[in-house]
Amino acid sequence: MGQRILLNADEINIILHRLACQLVENHTDFKDTVIIGIQPRGVFLAERIIKILQEEYEITDLNYGHLDITFYRDDFRRGEKPLEANKTKIDFIVEDKKVVFIDDVLYTGRSIRAALTAVQSFGRPAEIELLSLIDRRFSRHLPIQPDYNGRQVDAINEEKVKVNWKENDGEDVVYLVSK
Amino acid sequence: MSELSVNHLLGIKYLNEEDIELIFKTADHFKEVINRPIKKVPSLRDITIANLFFENSTRTRLSFELAEKRLSADVVNFSAASSSVKKGETLIDTVNNILSMKVDMVVMRHPNPGAGIFLSRHVKASIINAGDGAHEHPTQALLDSYSIRERLGGVAGKKVVIVGDILHSRVALSNIFALKLQGAEVKVCGPKTLLPKHIESLGVSVETNLKKALEWCDVANMLRVQNERMDISYFPSTREYSQQFQLNKKLLESLNKEIVVMHPGPINRGVEITSDVADAENAIILDQVQNGVAVRMAVIYLLASKINR
Repeated sequence: MGQRILLNADEINIILHRLACQLVENHTDFKDTVIIGIQPRGVFLAERIIKILQEEYEITDLNYGHLDITFYRDDFRRGEKPLEANKTKIDFIVEDKKVVFIDDVLYTGRSIRAALTAVQSFGRPAEIELLSLIDRRFSRHLPIQPDYNGRQVDAINEEKVKVNWKENDGEDVVYLVSK
Repeated sequence: MSELSVNHLLGIKYLNEEDIELIFKTADHFKEVINRPIKKVPSLRDITIANLFFENSTRTRLSFELAEKRLSADVVNFSAASSSVKKGETLIDTVNNILSMKVDMVVMRHPNPGAGIFLSRHVKASIINAGDGAHEHPTQALLDSYSIRERLGGVAGKKVVIVGDILHSRVALSNIFALKLQGAEVKVCGPKTLLPKHIESLGVSVETNLKKALEWCDVANMLRVQNERMDISYFPSTREYSQQFQLNKKLLESLNKEIVVMHPGPINRGVEITSDVADAENAIILDQVQNGVAVRMAVIYLLASKINR
């Protein structure tokens, strides 16, 4: 099993700032926008971006939640192990809001498909956008594309993209792991 | 994630501590789900569940049905009163007929102890025991422990007294197993005639004086006197039972401490508990009912995830 670095800490930092900047470009004051991190790994990315929005763009009044998609997945009873749920925390209604989903890696698109269904439990959003740090293009099973994209990666199915965050894994780095 | 060590929920006796922890952790997520504007998840779209009730029930049956529907399972209901059981069909035949219509899971309440265990050995479906005679009622015990955990932050080390008709109560037996498994201290309290012989062998202590039992406990679980299961008279009169074993305001106020009051329902107001106590702030009777749906969703979800894998 080998791994090589796709993005190092500096590159990640530059990308995060660009993504935050792009969000501000489209959402300005975030008055009608809600940001939703997809559990479990999207939450770290979402919190980083929110930190930049708050500290560098002084957007303080942000609606932010996390969404767990476990109960909406399409592979229930198909895997080896039962699916483990995470906490959903959305204490606002998404009705008529612009929703931005944030997830670290966009791969088959099935998680986002599940998230699209899951978020309907909290109302009917005006629109939904997707922000991802890594886009594994050519691996999609569903017609889903990111609106904001950190880095496109060509990886074969046997390879795995691993995103590590300082607060959880000790360092900011993205690996491509081959089995 | 770990998974349940069992393929059926026949009784708490067959579970281990990790199973209970897993059920509670999963129930936490479902409790969040049932408090959403839209209280439903699509997890069990391709699962069909039969609710077989060979004995009357309102709360448990409704709770199971809601839990199943909030997981998007297809549900068929069956009650013995309107079925071919009356025409002499055996339990296995009844259930196999239902299963041949492609049912994946059976929730069953039955007046005979061990009916669920018997069924699990003879039919191909995941069985959940919703009460079998005076034996076990595992989901009730799980939701009771879940409610204690929610109110007091944990079950381990807590002192719980179960008051009333222990002899005929499946709730008592399942609760004793569940509470002991989680490290609580358990006492049973009631008239001697309604306390089974050798109950101490389950690791519980016995008290026949309600006031003393209440002074000892953190939680009092008040059970109903099950008149329908009594073939002989176990105490002189309901009035006398109430005088000795009723939880009322005067008794609670004499304790100099707050205790949590529970009741699995249905309540016989004025017999085992008075209205002012049942409706007071430290009674978590309606929390128990709400948690019942979340806990049953967790049990069904975890068992369903083991079907055909």
